[in-house]
Amino acid sequence: MPLLKVTIDTIEVEVEAGTTIMNAARQIGGSVVPPAMCYYSKLEGSGGKCRTCLVKVSRSSSKDIRPLPKLVAACRTAVQDGMVVQNTTSPEVMESRQAITEFLLLNHPLDCPVCDQAGECHLQDLSYEHGLEDTNTVEERRTFEPVDIGDYIKLHMNRCILCYRCVMVADQLTDKRVHGVLGRGDHSEIGTHISKAIDNDFSGNMIDVCPVGALTDKTFRFKSRVWFTKPLDAHRECPTCSGKTAIWMKGSEILRVTGRKDKYGELEEYICNDCRFHHKDASDWIIEGPRAIERHSVISQNHYEKLKTPGTTEPEF
Amino acid sequence: MATQILLNNIDVPGLANFEVYRQLGGYSSVVKTLKNLTPDQVTGEVTKSGLRGRGGAGFPAGMKWGFIDKKSEKPRYFVCNFDESEPGTFKDRYIGQRNPHQLIEGMILGAYALGAGSAYIYVRGELFYVLRIIEKAIEEAYKQGFLGQNILGSGYSLDLYCQPGAGAYICGEETALLESLEGKRGNPRIKPPFPALVGLYGCPTVVNNVETIAALPWILNNGGEAYAAIGVENSKGTKLISACGHIKKPGVYEIELGLPVEEFIYSDEYCGGIRNGHKLKAVVAGGSSVPILPASLILKTAAGEPRLMSYESLSEGGFQSGTMLGSGGFIVMDETTCIVKNLLTFARFYHHESCGQCSPCREGTSWMEKILHRIENGQGTMKDIDLLVSVSKHIEGNTICPLGDAAAWPVASAIRHFREEFEEHVKLQKCPF
Repeated sequence: MPLLKVTIDTIEVEVEAGTTIMNAARQIGGSVVPPAMCYYSKLEGSGGKCRTCLVKVSRSSSKDIRPLPKLVAACRTAVQDGMVVQNTTSPEVMESRQAITEFLLLNHPLDCPVCDQAGECHLQDLSYEHGLEDTNTVEERRTFEPVDIGDYIKLHMNRCILCYRCVMVADQLTDKRVHGVLGRGDHSEIGTHISKAIDNDFSGNMIDVCPVGALTDKTFRFKSRVWFTKPLDAHRECPTCSGKTAIWMKGSEILRVTGRKDKYGELEEYICNDCRFHHKDASDWIIEGPRAIERHSVISQNHYEKLKTPGTTEPEF
Repeated sequence: MATQILLNNIDVPGLANFEVYRQLGGYSSVVKTLKNLTPDQVTGEVTKSGLRGRGGAGFPAGMKWGFIDKKSEKPRYFVCNFDESEPGTFKDRYIGQRNPHQLIEGMILGAYALGAGSAYIYVRGELFYVLRIIEKAIEEAYKQGFLGQNILGSGYSLDLYCQPGAGAYICGEETALLESLEGKRGNPRIKPPFPALVGLYGCPTVVNNVETIAALPWILNNGGEAYAAIGVENSKGTKLISACGHIKKPGVYEIELGLPVEEFIYSDEYCGGIRNGHKLKAVVAGGSSVPILPASLILKTAAGEPRLMSYESLSEGGFQSGTMLGSGGFIVMDETTCIVKNLLTFARFYHHESCGQCSPCREGTSWMEKILHRIENGQGTMKDIDLLVSVSKHIEGNTICPLGDAAAWPVASAIRHFREEFEEHVKLQKCPF
């Protein structure tokens, strides 16, 4: 198959047929990558819902030089040969992204100071980058009481942006999904219908795929701000999963265990609940070394630097 | 009297019964078609007729059929969209309730043209009484050999099913309808792929509106050219208009496309003029989703030409001074109507019916309703009016399905044409009506 040439924000890249604009942009990397709140490359059928990744296609392909009439979702639109895409270079895109950010925050409680996700929250990043300084709303926000779904997970529906990721991960990773989206419109919510516990060996991954603080780890809640903990790559022999995790330590204590996330916040591998919730003792783990954290992340702001490991002479950044 | 294609025999007592319908010449198109025409010839006739989708978008029906994936080895499906729930539109219900056999006849023709072995009629949940009428009619058609195995000895077999929805407006969007028909949550799918390639159960599917399908028997009986002889420009044939609001004679009317709007409103054959000597203020010409137009712009275009009931004429002037034929829900308002209140009703509807899948529509529709509620109840500010415009602008075109646009257009157009009325609400701090 010949590679397709696509230009995103004046940068040209060659990709395989069937690649989406989002993934083509990720091959370039940096600021041309549109933000993704609902798209998750490892979940089939995800994306297209949050509309934060809308981009302008100013030339459809080399055969059809007309622009597309509407902005398109980068995560669900396949590239064509000769396509020209504008992301940050289009004022129209930036305006719509600001508007979508406002929509997403419309019913969001903005309780970052007490939210466990703060510091690694995609919505927080999005609003820092694209949000308004002031608010246009005077309306009351829709509110829900936090609920326990299962022994390990707390659901704060107020914070949810209905990205459907947790529904998809339950569909595609586990046998039986017991939660889903109930209701419709702005009164739709994630729920288990008749309070049912989500009891599954891999249910903890719902926490990791959640882009906001809607699903949080009950074993970690209110223990520490995430930037006061230090992430380390670690592994253990696990009969259920690969056992490759990131452990978040404060002093010699492990405060939480998560999967290893790449720079787009996506898990490298799903891990089991046993590793995630039941092994909080440092002696359970073989520590590989500090986990590389993006320099712009608030987590690395805590005077935390990647240790020099043999073979690297210069820090990566 | 204009040509009557859909409502020709609508007042005949007992039309919903097979015998009565058959005596009036019903099902003759099926007999003729299955004997003499190939599926491609049927599609050819429909293309020739210039019939456009009557559900609202006005997409040429023949072209839509032409898109179906003929190379695929999967079964094909033909689906009838009977999820009529647009405020102001009540034309499909009229056909389904009074003349279900005409719909079934059209379904057989359409399914034959597409080579579908199964066809579905997806009926809106609230119309359960229509569902029963249709189910009875399907049963009769099975008994008479017009449905089932080897129809009339032609070798063509068709199973027709009637499926009730659960009363969601969003399931009128064709991909949401297919999801719902599959038994899932009625969320619109992200397109492409379009249903002609990946539709019901992942198979090639065509979804058509009730009125579109009900016009097929006449087209096959009289030929596509005869149908194309009616109407103007690219608006061919007849259209059902469900007229309501402040008119003397509300009801469902069949018009030949190209009828002047003025004649439709004021002639005694149709709406019969505005009630009790009131004056015309505004018209929503094609169901709640289309832009509202003031009296001056609905009777004449911005260029001064008389406006006609046709796809082209109604949309002349774009969104600045035009509207759309839409689904044919013709809502007339006289000078006692509060535009803001009317808009609030529409906004509440879209807020309630948004599926909640994509963020601009989910959050934007509720926000617009809240702002309008504020203005109508005297708590609005001048800034709110601009905010409404900006919210509607940011919903439009940014959503997965057209529901977002449908929610945004009425708001944008009402403010464009009736801004003073919004400002009056703010200045008086109450509704002046």
